Amino acid sequence: MYDFGYTKPSSLADAVAALAGDDEAKALAGGQTLIPVLKQRLNKPSKVVDLSKLGLSGITVTGDSVTIGAMTNHATVAASADVKRAIPALAALAGGIGDIQVRNRGTIGGSLANNDPSACYPSAVLALGATITTNKRSIAADDYFQGMFTTALEAGEVITSVSFPIPAKAAYIKFKNPASRYAMVGVFVATGPKGVRVAVTGAGQGGVFRHTAAEAALSKSWSPAAIDGVSISPDNMNSDIHASAPYRAHLVGVITKRAVTAAG
Amino acid sequence: MPQVTLTVNGKAATVEVEGRTLLVELLREKLGLTGTHVGCDTSQCGACVVHVDGNSVKACTMLAVQADGSSITTIEGLAKADGTLHPMQEMFREHHALQCGFCTPGMVMAAVDLVAKNPQGLTEEQIRHGLEGNLCRCTGYHNIVKAISAAQPLMHAKAAE
Repeated sequence: MYDFGYTKPSSLADAVAALAGDDEAKALAGGQTLIPVLKQRLNKPSKVVDLSKLGLSGITVTGDSVTIGAMTNHATVAASADVKRAIPALAALAGGIGDIQVRNRGTIGGSLANNDPSACYPSAVLALGATITTNKRSIAADDYFQGMFTTALEAGEVITSVSFPIPAKAAYIKFKNPASRYAMVGVFVATGPKGVRVAVTGAGQGGVFRHTAAEAALSKSWSPAAIDGVSISPDNMNSDIHASAPYRAHLVGVITKRAVTAAG
Repeated sequence: MPQVTLTVNGKAATVEVEGRTLLVELLREKLGLTGTHVGCDTSQCGACVVHVDGNSVKACTMLAVQADGSSITTIEGLAKADGTLHPMQEMFREHHALQCGFCTPGMVMAAVDLVAKNPQGLTEEQIRHGLEGNLCRCTGYHNIVKAISAAQPLMHAKAAE
């Protein structure tokens, strides 16, 4: 690892000031992606700004929404009785990320700021029509994800929380890479105040995306059978040694059906 | 250089580190606690698992500076001062849950956290899922799972004392 300066500010304003005006500064949330990246010398930040002392952890559930602080780790979301009651699919998704040790450190804000094309959380944010709140503004999920490892976040902009409208039904199913267990294809389906929404992670070259053909079919009939005959082009699918693009396109249909079955 | 103050196995320590110093490097190289191993160094194998404020984490994927103010338990901190093994260590010995022993410190630390967080008890399948972050290349996991299963009533009885 290249060495870097390190700062652990105690206010959001100080953290933003430390990040602003320094293109080489990096924000550190749980570090479960950033630290491995630094170890491989794929990144050489001037300084690392640790967000752990900004008071950004915590979960608030109201009658129609679940709001999760950006620094809340996956284990906390998975174990939250409130989240399990309000959006069980979200708690289950959090409990399936990585392994226990990764879930004890990794955070929702870090996952969303990184926008890894195989990350689980982006699918929940997009399918539930969540709102991402930063130090500057609120960003709708549909505007937030802008391609692999690319988001609407500007330089010096820090996610503070994510607010999920509570759906009537939802489920997340992922087809795991057999060795590393990341989502080769993950599908989050939801029906509720935002209508029927289906978001796919792991499959697309551009990161998470909405499966609009499946949404149209499920809007007519919320049932696994509605997915029969709905296809998706392999043109923009990832292709690697683990799965070809046509295989991933096929999996999108299979996993969408399983997710609708699981949502009930 | 940044200074880190933390409690390791009940003892206070203040150590000078670089920003890039990993928690596992602090433990092994600054404090001489070499029971915590570095296997893959890519967050996958779990040989470096320690407890930070009661939660199992991979010490190769946490900066030492992030642990400032924390309480750390390593494999060296599990047995009693008189040498009496922790029930999990005892059951690993009883059930021959190790061969080469390289993964064992991380396995034991992960297993202690897993059992402690699940007082309702875990099935064999749940234990296997709970070990997703730990790799063992010798045992095929069977005896590790048996050891953890056997340690459950012992740990819960101890916690209830």
